[in-house]
Amino acid sequence: MRLAAREALLGFRRAPVLSALSITTIAFSLFAFGLFSLVALNIRSTLQAMESRVEIRAFLVDSTTPESIAAAMGDIGGFPEVARVEYITREQALERARSELGEFKDVFEAGFLPASIDVRLRDGFRDPATVRKIAERIKVYSFVDDVRFGEEWVQKLYSIRNVATAAGVILGLAFAAVSIIVIGATIRMAVMARSREISIMRLVGATDGFIQRPFLIEGLVKGLLGGALALLLTWFASSLITRYFIQTEFFDAKLAFLGLLGGALIGVVGSAVSVGRQIRRVQ
Amino acid sequence: MDASRPAFVIRFANVSKEYPRTGIALSDVSFTVSKGEFVFLTGPSGAGKSTILKLTYFDELPTRGDVWVSTTRSKGVSRKEISMLRRKLGVVFQDFRLLEDRTVEQNIAFALDVIGTPQEKIHGKVSRLLAQVGLASKATSMPRELSGGEQQRVAIARALANDPVVLVADEPTGNLDDRATRGVFQLLREINAAGTAVLMATHNLDLVKRSELRVLEINRGAVVYDSNDEKRRQPEFTP
Repeated sequence: MRLAAREALLGFRRAPVLSALSITTIAFSLFAFGLFSLVALNIRSTLQAMESRVEIRAFLVDSTTPESIAAAMGDIGGFPEVARVEYITREQALERARSELGEFKDVFEAGFLPASIDVRLRDGFRDPATVRKIAERIKVYSFVDDVRFGEEWVQKLYSIRNVATAAGVILGLAFAAVSIIVIGATIRMAVMARSREISIMRLVGATDGFIQRPFLIEGLVKGLLGGALALLLTWFASSLITRYFIQTEFFDAKLAFLGLLGGALIGVVGSAVSVGRQIRRVQ
Repeated sequence: MDASRPAFVIRFANVSKEYPRTGIALSDVSFTVSKGEFVFLTGPSGAGKSTILKLTYFDELPTRGDVWVSTTRSKGVSRKEISMLRRKLGVVFQDFRLLEDRTVEQNIAFALDVIGTPQEKIHGKVSRLLAQVGLASKATSMPRELSGGEQQRVAIARALANDPVVLVADEPTGNLDDRATRGVFQLLREINAAGTAVLMATHNLDLVKRSELRVLEINRGAVVYDSNDEKRRQPEFTP
């Protein structure tokens, strides 16, 4: 192992330009991936904040008795998906509408808006299908005039998130593939540069595994360094965006560690897929 | 005789080697090299000497027939077995094949390191090997600072690092002047005298004629003369 580590280190020292090139390529691949992840992360957290505001509002007919309202609220509050049920009187509705509309508050008059039962759903039950299902169940009460839950809005929110996630996964895989190809190419050059050593190692009885080990260690180290550099670049970009445009959220320690691990994985996989084939070419 | 420890170190049994592009390199070659024997392999360029040597360290495998080296057989041999076999062989080339960016002792230590020799044993072993080849004072020299003969001695020291049962040498004196040739040849004789078999391919007929050692002459991929055969005759080949 000591020799393998020393050989890997020698690999860096003997081909510093090539090594720097592969680290930079890994870093830029991961940086692009990191930037996209950062965008996805921020979209997701924004969506989560918006999503928590998803609400079902059941408007009541004017003649509804307080008993019916209380019974319905007890009923609805018992649904496992429901987090909170609130009764909004006509006066409260007017108050809320005025506060939300600011300068146009005077256009409303008392009695213009109906009373309603506002329903908030628990985390994990705010997807369009569940929201619609609950709305349908609330609609069956005879004193419920209409149910609103911003159907289109909820649908759009989810579409954006799904597209963001899918694009993230596809781009991530594409960048990982590019990194693996680049590492494969640099391994090929590294093997060619060290073909004399490899042929001597083989001649004195080194096993294939032994010959491959320094290249795998080198790949691992390059991947880790590339990952760290990418993390640094992403952090820098995130700071710039926060400073000049909008407040952004950066990866937490767990995600940052996963990024490094991703770099290491790309480094090792990239080396592993090509080193075996390349060293067999050495005579 | 113990069946697992044959009396030969190399045995070719009806070995043929064909290459897809260049065609037949060897056809139906059979010979054995006994333990502790010194054998010259002679013949014109392209006769098949190098192919025979490559077959002995399993860099090539026969198209037909079988090669045994020590207890390893070419038929069905795995890459792992080839690696293990090479730890029992020493190989020396005309172009020395030293690592130019490492010192003499690092070149030899490298061979020991690669096969997992414990670190604490490497230094002592390297010193003994350098003393054996007469280069104890050149341990920290770089290969380019040495003469051709000295570089070949380093290569021989490296080949001896594994305590091989057989030393395979492909034109080891091909790049050397007369004096260096005699020195390297003398060293190979000493190694042989200590019990290691030597199979040496050479163009140098003077060397072959001056010694009373066994000669195998190869021409057009076949053994045309073996001085061990009863019906002795003069070698055909003149360089």
